[in-house]
Amino acid sequence: MSAILSIIETSEGKIKKASYEAAYYASQTAASLGLESVALVLGQASDADVAGLGQFGVKKALFVNDSRYSSFDSRAVSKAAVEAAGKINAKAIVLSFNQNGKLLGGRLAIGFGSAYFPGAAALPVMDGSEFTVLKSVYSGKASAIYKSHNGKAVIALTPNSLSPQKGEGSCAVEAFAPSFGEFKGSIKGVDKVTGTVPLTEAELVVSGGRGLKGPENWHLVEDLAKELGAATACSRPVSDVDWRPHHEHVGQTGITVRPNLYIAVGISGAIQHLAGVNQSKTIVVINSDPEAPFFKAADYGIVGDAFEVMPRLLDSYRKFKAASH
Amino acid sequence: MKILVPISKVPDTTSKISFTDNNTRFNTEGVQMIMNPTDEWYALVRAIELKEQQGGEVVVIHVGAADAEQIIRKALAIGADKAVRVDTEPTDGYVAAFQIAEFAKQEGFDLIITGKETIDFNSFEMAGMLAELLDWPGAALVNHLEVNGGVATYRREIEGGTETVECALPLVIGATKDLAQPRIPNMKGIMAARTKPLQVVAAAACEQRTSVASFQLPDKSKQCKYVDKDNIDELVRLLHEEAKVI
Repeated sequence: MSAILSIIETSEGKIKKASYEAAYYASQTAASLGLESVALVLGQASDADVAGLGQFGVKKALFVNDSRYSSFDSRAVSKAAVEAAGKINAKAIVLSFNQNGKLLGGRLAIGFGSAYFPGAAALPVMDGSEFTVLKSVYSGKASAIYKSHNGKAVIALTPNSLSPQKGEGSCAVEAFAPSFGEFKGSIKGVDKVTGTVPLTEAELVVSGGRGLKGPENWHLVEDLAKELGAATACSRPVSDVDWRPHHEHVGQTGITVRPNLYIAVGISGAIQHLAGVNQSKTIVVINSDPEAPFFKAADYGIVGDAFEVMPRLLDSYRKFKAASH
Repeated sequence: MKILVPISKVPDTTSKISFTDNNTRFNTEGVQMIMNPTDEWYALVRAIELKEQQGGEVVVIHVGAADAEQIIRKALAIGADKAVRVDTEPTDGYVAAFQIAEFAKQEGFDLIITGKETIDFNSFEMAGMLAELLDWPGAALVNHLEVNGGVATYRREIEGGTETVECALPLVIGATKDLAQPRIPNMKGIMAARTKPLQVVAAAACEQRTSVASFQLPDKSKQCKYVDKDNIDELVRLLHEEAKVI
């Protein structure tokens, strides 16, 4: 075994942020095992961006510069990755546990014939020749250490669970043309919310609940989010009554987020909501009810009316921003 | 159209989670086991709706011991036509996927719809593993699915939005919220479920590829630091200097 392979996805000609995390994770793992970090770049990106993966510890990039791989055909991507893994004699494949990764990871584990660690939260620790990897289970109510059985692993990394340290350098870029070139399915349309930060990639999130009393009051959440450069989110009851779109719903049956900062405004903190946010690094809870269960999961709490607290918080943050520039 | 829906048995969403045997086993004492919510609410119901539109058959499959019968009967009561139980305790997700794929290869299906993730291991592995084991196309996080003349049109979540894709069957779909509205079994369905076929098949030989070395409960030492609502500057200072997140 001589390498760790990372899967690098592109979108609109750029490498995805989540894929930089996968590259960095693969490089850290490779370094600790004395192996080489190799990236498989799928779809269209600039040569400079591909070579720039060297800043994340990648030694060599296999670049599939083919627009057909820009749209996500999991079958073709999986076969290309397994072929690349064979070519470089990979011991593990690392990918992001993002929307695409949630399908691709399982496919890769079958194609690669290895253990699968979906939703890894930390770098692997070796137990002899086997990988052990920490992941969240029971919807964030516990964590587990999974262990591989045949010395090979596919690791799908939970987005935003480590902060890549950018170094110097660039990597060698080698063109790679996968032998499997069969594509099924065609994209008929894309519907993207533009101008906002995608929730699953956001480092800061401001989220509102029923305590905001109606969709007309959402400026309280949006104004602060805009000032912070944060994504907006909501609780399930809010999306159920269509105050906010479903794609903003975080929780056990919605989206799981793991930002550096999650500010919850007027959300009581039902166990199903906590399941979607409890891996956030820092949680701030603003609620008028001092008994709201969310305070038990919070790092910082303000007991107060959102209508009073939110404008003050916006002012305070603006003052801080002005002072620090 | 023949549709297969894998169903999983998980602890109820409100369960208190604890572990036994030196933190290596989930403690099932006092825990109610239910059908995995997204398997039931979205995957199964959308399969039944498609069958109601176009005819065909919905088969549910469970990999596990006989104590899952109540969950399997519920799936039949909601409207599945028949059920299969592969008689083995799945030691990891791969073993479960392998058993389901073996059955699917023998029986022949047009469509497999899984839930989003099981709420115990949160692994999202079934859809991808089945798709690769069968060498079919697949999609996860699907919130809309139509089938016309052997071609599926589905809408799946991507970063910051959705994309709509057309793809010929056979196909594996991983469901998410909004794919269907949950159905509650009615008395007629519950009566009918008693006599619907539940076939028990022996497991095919298969080696597990992962195991859980240990479980951990979260550190409970987290203490909320309260900031007075009249001193919000202090919160901003703490977020900057102490938490270092802004």
